[in-house]
Amino acid sequence: MSEAITFWLLTGFDVLLVLTLLGVAWRLLAGRDLFRSVVLFIAFGLLLSLAWVRLSAPDVALAEAAIGAGVTGALLLVALGRLRRLETRAFRRGKRGKKP
Amino acid sequence: MTRHRAAATLMPLMSLALAGLLVVAVLDLPPQSGLAEPVAGAMDRAGVDHPVTAVLLNFRAYDTFLELAVLLLAVLAVWSLGRRDPIPARPVQGPVLHGTLRHLIPVAVVTGGYLVWVGSSDSGGAFQGGAVLGAAGVMLMLSRPRELPMLPAPLQRLGLALGVCVFLAVGTAGLLAGHGFMGYPPDWAYPLILGIELVAALSIALTLVLLFLGGRHGH
Amino acid sequence: MATDPVNLQIYLACGALLFVMGVHALVVRRHLLLKILAINIMGSGIFMVLLGVAAGGEGGVDPVPHALVITGIVVALSATAVALVLMLRVKAATGLARLPRSGPED
Repeated sequence: MSEAITFWLLTGFDVLLVLTLLGVAWRLLAGRDLFRSVVLFIAFGLLLSLAWVRLSAPDVALAEAAIGAGVTGALLLVALGRLRRLETRAFRRGKRGKKP
Repeated sequence: MTRHRAAATLMPLMSLALAGLLVVAVLDLPPQSGLAEPVAGAMDRAGVDHPVTAVLLNFRAYDTFLELAVLLLAVLAVWSLGRRDPIPARPVQGPVLHGTLRHLIPVAVVTGGYLVWVGSSDSGGAFQGGAVLGAAGVMLMLSRPRELPMLPAPLQRLGLALGVCVFLAVGTAGLLAGHGFMGYPPDWAYPLILGIELVAALSIALTLVLLFLGGRHGH
Repeated sequence: MATDPVNLQIYLACGALLFVMGVHALVVRRHLLLKILAINIMGSGIFMVLLGVAAGGEGGVDPVPHALVITGIVVALSATAVALVLMLRVKAATGLARLPRSGPED
């Protein structure tokens, strides 16, 4: 009896996790705001490491949490900051070019 | 213009068709036993108790060696695409960040070292440990974006290449000793794997920090 | 903890859907950062199918796909790092972080 309850609870968790993963992936790929997409991507990586634990792959879950979510997130955020800086620099140059 | 509109209407349809086909194909995969049994049968010669580490560092050591080479190549590619510019982050005011980091970085270093050590018997390994160490390095860089604490350039290059070099040296020694390329003598497998993992974790951590900084050093 | 076959099918289907979502966004979205994210999502879908197949093996959990996926995560990270730097170079050279619409005649 308790086995059946555990099974249905775990299945419910799996369905919920998969739906969340698909929803987060959709939102981050369809969104307009890049910063929001990057933050959602980091959340996606952390959720993904939960899925790896459910697929009985704890090694991969560790690697995903540390590399997929942590380091990739830092790389994406710093690249986004550099992109914004290039934009403001180009904007300033454009304004300075118009003045004379 | 009509071409773009046609593409815009066609693309969702094609994606839906691909999704349907792939889901059906994936759910229809026949059950198979995979390689679990051969791996379990060879574990007594692996030198480590954890199957994933045994596959990564012993049975398929060649793949892992090339993976380290890919990391090195990525740094080379990033370095050849320009010089390093300052991190787009302002120094955080106040004592909270520095106080937290003073406690967090030693914990991260111990965790990373533990993950490398435990890889031989349980979940963990060079990549996970190296990534945690690299994350500690990235936090250290972020806490002081104006004056970066940095190794001298020759040491950076040495550290980047060390993982690949040690791995290659051990692999070649195995070839000369008659165990085949990337083969280890079974009695020596454990210390060799642990040594490779430690060096690889250091190289991976340094690689991740340098990828984060981006670009070649110097101004 | 063994995963039930029913649950494995959920993850296999999710992996396939993530892959297709990535392909779609890779084609439709024009910003290069979103294209990089799309490639990463595609990779995650492939990892999920691989690990789902590995967990459903008859002889217990298969460690070889696990090692493959760990290698894959690190390689994906390297490719992402190079792609991000390339994107910044495109931005610095052309002022736009996207590919030109099509040929010069367009």
